[in-house]
Amino acid sequence: MPSTAFEYAPAPESRDIARLKPSYGIFVNGEFRDGRGEAIKTINPADEEPLAEVAEANAADVDDAVAAARKAYEGTWSATSGAERAKYLFRIARAIQERARELAVLESLDNGKPIRESRDVDIPTAAAHFFYYAGWADKLQYAGLGPAPRPIGVAGQVIPWNFPLLMAAWKIAPALATGNTVVLKPAETTPLTALTLAEIIAECDLPPGVVNILPGGPSVGQSIVDHPGVDKIAFTGSTGVGKMIQKSVAASGKRVSLELGGKAANIIFDDAAIDQAIEGIVNGIFFNQGHVCCAGSRLLVQESVHEEVIAGLQERLQTLRLGDPLDKNTDIGAINSSAQLARVRALADSGDAEGATRWSPDCPLPDRGFWFPPTVFTGVSQANRIAREEIFGPVLSVLTFRTPAEAIEKANNTPYGLSAGIWTEKGSRILWAANKLRAGVVWANTFNRFDPASPFGGYKESGFGREGGRHGLTSYLESEGYLAQ
Amino acid sequence: MSTAFLQPGTDGSQGGAGMPASPELADVTRDNASLRRFLHGLSGVDQVGAEARAAALATRSIKTTAKAWAIDTAISMVDLTTLEGADTHGKVRSLCAKAARPDPSDPSTPAVAAVCVYPDLVATAVESLAGTGVQTASVATAFPSGRASLQTKLHDVHDAVRAGATEIDMVIDRGAFLSGRYLDVFDEIVAVKQACGAAHLKVILETGELVTLDSVRRASWLALLAGGDFIKTSTGKVTPAATPPVALVMLQAVRDFAARTGDVRGVKLAGGIRTTKEAVRYLVMVNETAGDRWLNPHTFRFGASTLLNDLLQQRHKLTTGAYDGPDYVSID
Repeated sequence: MPSTAFEYAPAPESRDIARLKPSYGIFVNGEFRDGRGEAIKTINPADEEPLAEVAEANAADVDDAVAAARKAYEGTWSATSGAERAKYLFRIARAIQERARELAVLESLDNGKPIRESRDVDIPTAAAHFFYYAGWADKLQYAGLGPAPRPIGVAGQVIPWNFPLLMAAWKIAPALATGNTVVLKPAETTPLTALTLAEIIAECDLPPGVVNILPGGPSVGQSIVDHPGVDKIAFTGSTGVGKMIQKSVAASGKRVSLELGGKAANIIFDDAAIDQAIEGIVNGIFFNQGHVCCAGSRLLVQESVHEEVIAGLQERLQTLRLGDPLDKNTDIGAINSSAQLARVRALADSGDAEGATRWSPDCPLPDRGFWFPPTVFTGVSQANRIAREEIFGPVLSVLTFRTPAEAIEKANNTPYGLSAGIWTEKGSRILWAANKLRAGVVWANTFNRFDPASPFGGYKESGFGREGGRHGLTSYLESEGYLAQ
Repeated sequence: MSTAFLQPGTDGSQGGAGMPASPELADVTRDNASLRRFLHGLSGVDQVGAEARAAALATRSIKTTAKAWAIDTAISMVDLTTLEGADTHGKVRSLCAKAARPDPSDPSTPAVAAVCVYPDLVATAVESLAGTGVQTASVATAFPSGRASLQTKLHDVHDAVRAGATEIDMVIDRGAFLSGRYLDVFDEIVAVKQACGAAHLKVILETGELVTLDSVRRASWLALLAGGDFIKTSTGKVTPAATPPVALVMLQAVRDFAARTGDVRGVKLAGGIRTTKEAVRYLVMVNETAGDRWLNPHTFRFGASTLLNDLLQQRHKLTTGAYDGPDYVSID
């Protein structure tokens, strides 16, 4: 942000709190051991310095993990009562809370996101998911899925790098609550909090093999997806990989749920509370550097307030503070990897090339690390790449509309359908628009709010299956019931 | 703190009494219907969103040099206030001494902005503050209820101004505002502004009685249109008084008013702000909502009695590393 009379002094959280270890292994059958894949260094995207060495898994490790999960499923976990499973989940939730500071600092180091977000959103929401599904574990017969819904078996889960611990919680908590066992692969660039979660799980005395965590790259993911011993695949990540997974499991009998990309419309009607709508735009696209599948990356503004909204937005963006993710006053952290930075740059350049107008606040970028300034493109047309493709970065594309019907038409004119936002002070317009939008999550007068009780998932190429809420149980249960004689 | 900033004509930013703030706004105060259309045409405020934004701003971490700057700035923005039936000339004299030199053991401590008293004590304050640069502010217009005839209110203002008050804190007629008689409120503010002459006018909205943030936004604009130099949250006699969401909406109002008219007006938060932590959070809010242009006593004030002592104790702790406790600052 530009210089002001009131300069905030640096307020960094200490990195010692993360208790970084020099090396991390894989977690199989309740024990840590070296993976037999390549040993890689995970780096801090804010300065490109190595954080720790991680011994990745290979196909043989996947075999071991699936075998351990199968044994745990058949031997103990599927026969463990719901109330007993709940105890473990409550224990894990509390342990996450107890180690919240450590996890938050570790997450910010490994991912590049601001400590404000890892501390206030990622870690508390991860704990909340375990608490929420702990509550369901002994009430599954009342979930509307028949009198005796049954677990599926071994769940292979592959998660992305944008919310490393939170995505692990989204996957593991409902799987365990419903009696399944898990083989989970965290993203290659962000394995550390998942491995700390493994430590927590071990300390909570979860029976060996119920949760196995295998850091690694795409080949490990592929091995999990293809493994004949896996009964269900749950994947969060890109639409491209999602399509490959669906091809791989076709006719294999595996159940699949996919939570993929998005290109959400955030619609500002002219009767919106403008100051709060501007906050919603900022939360929608600049939260977590825009590394959010449900990010409000397409802003649709009614023509009559376009000028006012853009002026207010630009003024607001001048106050965003970009820099050290561990500084408690940082709003915008680092882009997670050089590969992602290259993709964001390439798509932003296509915006210039296709004639949109680029604007960024006056915001110097650090010399080292992966950084991209908050960016707003105005004059974007529905045909431009930046209006159609998921950028997964801090880049907002602004389009205008004249009538509410046009807003809906443009909002739905995308292969994706994960989320959407509506901003209006008129309740009837909220209900009308929410019914017309083809998106799995519709926020009204807010954006990027996550609650474990609320189902989350997509339409169209944003995937299928729901996570969170009662709906999240259906991804991990066979719902056929029986009739007692 | 220089005295110059409150002398009329020196900062060039003051609208004339009842004069249209800008040509495009000239028509909106023509009659009650126009004024109503204008105020109700302002963008609404989403309560949940405003509270969330205020809470997010409160998470800023202000340490070391930033904290030292914020504490001194906050001290220079205090309207050191005593508004009790039991006030005495002696208490006012003591308060004035403290206003000019808040920490006698450390001359680098800035003076406060003003001392705020009832009209009958203005002369005592003016005499005690002579040559210090600290302003004398007086509440007037049948403070705190505002329940008197216009004539009585104006008389109250004249009394205070004649006794030497350079700042007048008036209360609006909340009954008229809430029942939609906006022009009555407007006319009253205009009349008081005229009676103030060269004295600066702070218009108390009593936001605790307006209740909704939509009303706070409308009342803020109404007071700004009528020529108030400051909009102020509360009398301090009604709860809730200054709250973060209310402050946010009022800061947005002066920001938007300045953007529209070029005329920079101030905000005064009063009632319930007792700690350095709260004061620093409000400075962060000013900085990130209206902008650093507002971070000075011309345009931002804290109306407070106990806040100053906490600021002094925190200042002392920051400079010496030790916390003295309440017995090391004077109670009046």
